[in-house]
Amino acid sequence: MSGSIQAPAIDARGITRVYKAKPKDVTALAGIDLEVAPGEFFGLLGPNGAGKTTLIKILTTLLLPSAGTARIFGFDVATETRKIRRIMNMVAGGEQSGYGILEAREQLWMFSQFYGLGAREGWRRVDELIDAVGLAEQRNQRVSTLSTGQRQKMNFARGLLNDPWVFFLDEPTLGLDVSAARSVRELIVGWRAAVPGRTVLLTTHYMAEADELCERIAIVDRGRILAIGSPAELKRRVQRESIFRLELDRLAGGPGGLARLPGVVSAVAALNAPADPDAPVRQAVVINLVLREDSALAGVVAALDGLGAHIVALAKSEPSLEDVFVELVGRGFDDNEEAARSNEVPVEPHEAGQPDPEEKR
Amino acid sequence: MAAPGVAQPGLPAGGSPPPSAAPGLRAFVGRPTASPQAAANWTPRQVWANNLHSIVGRAYPRVRGLTREPSWIVFQMLLPFLTTSSFVFVYRALDAPAAYIGFVVIGGAMTAFWLNVVWMMAAQLYWEKDQGNLELYFAAPMNVMSVLIGMAVGGLVMSSTRAVAILFIATFVFGVSFSISQWGLLIAVFILTLAALYGFGMMLASLFVMWGREAFHLTQLMTEPVYFVSGLNFPVGRLGFIGALAIALIPLAVGLDAMRQLAFVSTGPTGTPEPWIEALILVAMTVVFIGLARWLLHSMEERARREGRLTVRWR
Ligand SMILES: Nc1ncnc2c1ncn2[C@@H]1O[C@H](COP(=O)(O)OP(=O)(O)OP(=O)(O)O)[C@@H](O)[C@H]1O
Ligand SMILES: [Mg+2]
Repeated sequence: MSGSIQAPAIDARGITRVYKAKPKDVTALAGIDLEVAPGEFFGLLGPNGAGKTTLIKILTTLLLPSAGTARIFGFDVATETRKIRRIMNMVAGGEQSGYGILEAREQLWMFSQFYGLGAREGWRRVDELIDAVGLAEQRNQRVSTLSTGQRQKMNFARGLLNDPWVFFLDEPTLGLDVSAARSVRELIVGWRAAVPGRTVLLTTHYMAEADELCERIAIVDRGRILAIGSPAELKRRVQRESIFRLELDRLAGGPGGLARLPGVVSAVAALNAPADPDAPVRQAVVINLVLREDSALAGVVAALDGLGAHIVALAKSEPSLEDVFVELVGRGFDDNEEAARSNEVPVEPHEAGQPDPEEKR
Repeated sequence: MAAPGVAQPGLPAGGSPPPSAAPGLRAFVGRPTASPQAAANWTPRQVWANNLHSIVGRAYPRVRGLTREPSWIVFQMLLPFLTTSSFVFVYRALDAPAAYIGFVVIGGAMTAFWLNVVWMMAAQLYWEKDQGNLELYFAAPMNVMSVLIGMAVGGLVMSSTRAVAILFIATFVFGVSFSISQWGLLIAVFILTLAALYGFGMMLASLFVMWGREAFHLTQLMTEPVYFVSGLNFPVGRLGFIGALAIALIPLAVGLDAMRQLAFVSTGPTGTPEPWIEALILVAMTVVFIGLARWLLHSMEERARREGRLTVRWR
């Protein structure tokens, strides 16, 4: 079977990957099963060294799995590499591709030629994308002089040159400031929405990013998928009760009266600090209300009337993906940084003795 | 969720977006393909076009760099020129035949190509890997041989300017007089020499990626001996058996010897094979080197995919 219409965008079965390394082999992936539907925005969330990049390398045909199979729109990553390379692209955070002596526009054109565009078609597409990613002013600036954020926008334009059906993003906002990260995220969302069926696989270790962008998330750690689902589903897994923050104009008799209502686990007065110090001081009562389930809220609201209280504000407190992660992995997110970063490869000095005009940056 | 490959509703065929679309959206829509499956199937014509465009694409930064960094051209011309000059003075002092000075000048011009092959062909892919380009090349749809050929084409353009400059300046400064009878064969030998040289570089490129640092040092060690046995600065026939071996194995040695025989007919026999035989040797070398380059590139890719070496970890 190869490339059938109903094929999932990504279909990985039993993927393992072992790296030969000293002093002992590293198992980067220990049995990954993953199915991503066409058009889905899928996230891999995990700490350093979890195996995210390894999985992306396998799916982008750059690395063979030690065991297992993976297909992209039905094409086998081990054998049908050519076909997959025609319909995918990838961008990684901190990517330093290309040649410093070229201008942004020239570098993009060079890549367009690799991706199957014609010469004139390439220039047209490059100009259009440069505007779309917001690099109009840097169009003729040398690649070596672009800032990190501009550089990453250019990398994005590169990734979009061939209109990929599946776009792999490995920590695309790594090292970007808040506003550059936001514009990169907006780019991804805008691009995907422009044509139905476009699939994105994104790795990140920013919880908020995964939460904001992804329709489904797999939480990975030590080469395994610990949980998979929509952000809401994942959060629900750690949420056994519903928690509300209830703000009332006043409450005769205190919160104790609410605690006795059916379905209410607890009702406790919260610290009454207004979030905004300039807001008019209110004599409000804030209550942290823990319910067995959401439906118990109706009883509480009905009871308030009898107590002569009016609702000023009501908000459901959501657990964060971080809570999910801590619950699943049993430790915080960044606790094992150094374990993953110890794998430095020495850099070959550029002592070539011959000036190399392409490498100058 | 939308089915894959259903083009954007409301989009006319050919993919131009509705006029109201923001500029960003138009770029994001791109050139819609009917489905991933359709987009993955290319006609042989598309495959060819992609490979040819990739050659031009990879040659582009080299040609561009030529105009952008004029300072290093001077530098790269000056060094070979100085070496050439020193030999010219030695030969003059020794009252060597006039043709020897011509030999040295041709050798100096060809050095430009050889340096380019060693540093910007053989070592290039290895540097590209550090840069993160290598994985992008492999992740793109073209045959990576196109990248190697593009590197060679760009390198040829770069070094030709240098070689021509050295040839003209030295000819003028030292008053070299050529005596050429078979122009056609001379040009053919020149082109074949370059083909064999760059084929050799393409072959080394994959070896460098596989062997990394060791290959790098090996080349550094090899540079001088190769200069020597290639007879850059004297006729290789003088080296007897070693010279014969060099002619059989090193493209620079054969090519230079053939060109010298053809450019200075008056010198008489040099103790080496006839130029047309050397031309055939060059043809064989080109075929073998490029064939090996293809095979090595392929096995390098397979091995690197198995061992996880197409990419640099710390990126
Ligand atoms: N080429 C390699 N050789 C040896 N070990 C490797 C290699 N590449 C990755 N590893 C190891 O495999 C494991 C997974 O690495 P990977 O890069 O896939 O993690 P990651 O989830 O992308 O981490 P990060 O968030 O730090 O990018 C790590 O323990 C890493 O050290
Ligand atoms: Mg990673």
